[in-house]
Amino acid sequence: MPLDQPALRDPAWLGRVFWWLAAAVIMWPLLVLTEFKPALLFEPGALKPTWHFLADFFPPKLDAEFLTMLVRETWRTVAIATAGLTLAMLLAIPLCLLSVRVLSISALNGRMALLPSVARQAIRSVLILLRSVPELVWALLFVRIVGLGPTSGVLAIALAYSGMLGKVYADILESDEPHATQSLLRNGTGRLQAFFYALLPQTAAELTSYTVYRWECAIRSSAVLGFVGAGGLGQQMDSSMKMFNGSEVCSMLIVFMLLVWLADKISAWLRQGLA
Amino acid sequence: MKSNTPPTNPNISFSADFRVVAPKLFDARCTACWFVVAVLCLVVASFWSLDLQWAQFLSWSALQKMGKFIAELFPPNVEPAFLKKLFIASLETLAMSALGTILAVILGLALALPASKSHAEDPARWRSATRLILNALRSIPELVWAAMLLITVGLGPFAGILALALHTTGVLGRLFAEAIENAPAGPSFALRTRGVGVGRVFIYATLPQILPQLLSYTLYRWENNIRAAAILGVVGAGGLGQMLSYHLSLFQMQETSSVLMAMLVLVALVDALSYASRKWLES
Repeated sequence: MPLDQPALRDPAWLGRVFWWLAAAVIMWPLLVLTEFKPALLFEPGALKPTWHFLADFFPPKLDAEFLTMLVRETWRTVAIATAGLTLAMLLAIPLCLLSVRVLSISALNGRMALLPSVARQAIRSVLILLRSVPELVWALLFVRIVGLGPTSGVLAIALAYSGMLGKVYADILESDEPHATQSLLRNGTGRLQAFFYALLPQTAAELTSYTVYRWECAIRSSAVLGFVGAGGLGQQMDSSMKMFNGSEVCSMLIVFMLLVWLADKISAWLRQGLA
Repeated sequence: MKSNTPPTNPNISFSADFRVVAPKLFDARCTACWFVVAVLCLVVASFWSLDLQWAQFLSWSALQKMGKFIAELFPPNVEPAFLKKLFIASLETLAMSALGTILAVILGLALALPASKSHAEDPARWRSATRLILNALRSIPELVWAAMLLITVGLGPFAGILALALHTTGVLGRLFAEAIENAPAGPSFALRTRGVGVGRVFIYATLPQILPQLLSYTLYRWENNIRAAAILGVVGAGGLGQMLSYHLSLFQMQETSSVLMAMLVLVALVDALSYASRKWLES
């Protein structure tokens, strides 16, 4: 650093050095804690099985029997996602309607009464609890209770997604202009009538669009749920990986990417139509 | 439909000799009907093709089993020694997510440069090839990456870090490339016309403009990655997830419930922090 030439001196060097040091001090314990050893990747003991596994990727396995199995499992993945999301909606819609503040009659005149407000808050916390347990953990628990197979996958998606759907449905309904709903309620309609004739028509497109987006997410997560034994593509992928069968894993990965791509395209197309 | 009514409905088209022609099958209104029919078919087919064991699931014995299962979760194990292990596992989860995100930012930025067409004359030869790589990285979930990496690096948090890094590289790389392409062209044009090289144009003109955006994408992905890191361990990649699957497989239910609670607390903390920081950024 040309310190003797003030014009060329970097005015910010002190701060720069400090932040690099601070970053190093913070990073070091992280690296130790997580046993971060990149050298491990290049050890001969690690390279050999990896190389075998990867070399086995080509060509991907494509015989008729395997492909039939793959198509069946792919459909099962989609079916688990769809069935799970349907159950999630059946659970989410009533909970959401119970928790929406716009549909409160006592809130029309100032503050909401105590009992309705406590009940709404309680339902909301149930939704948040359902949502904050990841679906993979739900699946692990259900595999213990109902055993291996698609039932636990469907239940896991149903519970985790009912929390997400219920919370976001409620948010969408509450962010909407409440004028129409309030006029109906003030003129003596029931809450369900107010929902169907004022709230729903205003928000139907947004609700459907969010549901379609969640369906896409459910397909991705149902493929992963198989890794804990909840059926579908993931379960087959898990067993192929445990047997180091690269060619099977390769075809499954290709199918999986196609599935995700297709779900992405369908959902984008539908949401574009709804917008 | 009467043929002598005037054509008021735009969906019903009249041919020259005023015969009513049925509404088109794919006009706006019918698209909604088709959508509903398709969804119903999909739902029915899904439930029909999966042999779901509802009878078994809702039977008395299964309900009893479930009751017993839930009862066994209480009380959670709160011995100091176990809590310490739990705390270390939570830290490990946090560290995994942080390192995975940092690696992904570096790799993502490195891949975003060839994946973006920064100005009109930029040939961007590698654009489609890099985008293909980014899409492939992105479409394979973290958990699948982790399961594959176990073959190479063995059990432990390192596999989790690499898995998070690979998936997040795909996500961030694409977002970064879009940020680079959408950056205002003025400053980089000014430098380029004076013959400044590509690298310096990026560092001095493009990067300062898109830095806030990159930072907000990174924080958002970090938030996602903490949640992902908590469950990655289920396939053996360290952190809270590994503890969960370990204790669950040994039927140590009290320890399991403590791990579950630690996960919930971690997720709640992250949610609260991200909510607070978003409020703070908006104000």
